[in-house]
Amino acid sequence: MNKIFTHPKYLRKISTHYCAGCGHGIVHRMIAEVVDELDIRGRVIGIAPVGCAVIAYDYWDFDCTEAAHGRALAVATAIKRVRPQNIVFTYQGDGDLAAIGTNETIHAANRGENLTVIFINNAVYGMTGGQMAPTTLLGQKTATTPQGRQAKLDGYPLKISELLAQLPAVKYIERVSLHSPQEVLKTKRAIKQAFQNQADNLGFSLVEILSPCPTYWEMSPEKALDWIRDTMIKEFPLGRIK
Amino acid sequence: MTGNEAIAEGAIQAGCRFYAGYPITPQNELIAYMANRMPDVRGIFIQAESELAAINMVLGAAAAGERAMTSSSSPGISLKQEGISYIAGCQLPAIVVNVMRGGPGLGNIAPSQSDYFQATRGGGHGDYHSMVLAPSSVGEAYNFMSLGFDLADKYRSPVIILADGILGQMMEPFEPQTTNHKPQTKPWALTGCKNRKPNVIRSLYLAEGALEKLNLVLQKKYKTIQQKEQRCEGINLSDAKIILVAYGTMARIAKSVMSKLREKGKKVGLIRPITLWPFPKDIFKRVMHNARSTKFLVIEMSYGQMLEDVKLTVEAKAKVEFLGRAGGGIPTEEEIMKKIKML
Repeated sequence: MNKIFTHPKYLRKISTHYCAGCGHGIVHRMIAEVVDELDIRGRVIGIAPVGCAVIAYDYWDFDCTEAAHGRALAVATAIKRVRPQNIVFTYQGDGDLAAIGTNETIHAANRGENLTVIFINNAVYGMTGGQMAPTTLLGQKTATTPQGRQAKLDGYPLKISELLAQLPAVKYIERVSLHSPQEVLKTKRAIKQAFQNQADNLGFSLVEILSPCPTYWEMSPEKALDWIRDTMIKEFPLGRIK
Repeated sequence: MTGNEAIAEGAIQAGCRFYAGYPITPQNELIAYMANRMPDVRGIFIQAESELAAINMVLGAAAAGERAMTSSSSPGISLKQEGISYIAGCQLPAIVVNVMRGGPGLGNIAPSQSDYFQATRGGGHGDYHSMVLAPSSVGEAYNFMSLGFDLADKYRSPVIILADGILGQMMEPFEPQTTNHKPQTKPWALTGCKNRKPNVIRSLYLAEGALEKLNLVLQKKYKTIQQKEQRCEGINLSDAKIILVAYGTMARIAKSVMSKLREKGKKVGLIRPITLWPFPKDIFKRVMHNARSTKFLVIEMSYGQMLEDVKLTVEAKAKVEFLGRAGGGIPTEEEIMKKIKML
């Protein structure tokens, strides 16, 4: 009998602090699997964000650093330039990457830094208690949009991946989702591609992952997945963007 | 070579191989020099998209084990404060150069010493200090880069080089000290965890008591620095009735006043703090021990920032007077002489 699934070698065997039905645990696992499959554990360096995944380094079993809110890609730029032989990735949420860190995101992408970016889009600020994110959908209720997000007051959901795709130095952008096992497998393939691109010196690669936040969407884990499928992907269509 | 260029070349000679910065007057010669020079030594130069990015690039390069620095001037240094706090909290070595200009706000581009509080009190959030070196000549500006990197590495702590617009722009000849920089091994650095346990660089400690523990480690380090790393220049102190206290460019003017008054037989001395943090308290204590009737005159290109450290050190046991101008004004020799006459 062949063993086809096991706890990833480089994901520590401890409970995470994430809520039931959260997508972070799934993505952490897939990153650990990819690090194993590409045999890069000895040279990978991760940058944990400020947000729910702030202590991701407690779960991954390889070198990591924290970064101030929004500054992960500035920190990553320097690490990769100093140590080009290493594989450097950032793991960032929507607030981190597309609000407070928009400047760092656009300029690291525009310089074509040879980095891998794992971008978790769950349309809400999780750690601080469910406030509006740049990617919050129109009409979506959050702690700071009690009547639902209104375009007139709050603007529109920011499609940072489509914006970045305009930049000539960007090599690879794909939007994937965690709403079904099939989509999770596609997500894994995209993550692996984004790491492989860096190993092949191809340049800036970003995977945007639509990820459930049942707690602040005020839904059951199952309903949250359905909401991604039925509502979120209409605003954020899946597939290769660049 | 201008002061700005001397700082840049001094850094390169000290083994600095990573620079990230953003243009701001009056330190633009420094960033331009780095852009030209870094490729010669296979170093990395990045013109960052902002001061925030620049300081966080320095954090990343330092975390990866490189000797890294950034430079800016007052408003830009304000933007870097969050990053400096993270560098202190993560216990990383790095140098931040502040070629001070007039403030508050956008201020002007005239020389100033108004960022003393910001530099010596931490400047960002949390209980931390950066070591602060204040060069008074182009030669010191050059040589302090090597000293600064050694201190930063020794204590895994940020070092601020506090200069001003005059020092940045002026040219003078100097003898560079030869430095024997050998790259240090930094077992804590992020290099990939091949054949060792993973390293983590962090300042976040959520578990009960964990952050207090980090703070106690920092406080112990700061105590050692205060004991061991005070630096200053003291001139004509043994018989001085009046001791001028000034640093950086201001100390050059004070020194000139002192020499002129000495020629007239006036017993004037000078204390020039070189480390602003740790403040060189010991020399004040020694002087006070010798002569309790000594008066101090603190002279600054600010409205009295170092003055507070002098008062805290002297503990009301001697008279402390002050003369200062800011916003582009510089106390002149005549003004200092006039003030001394009134003491």
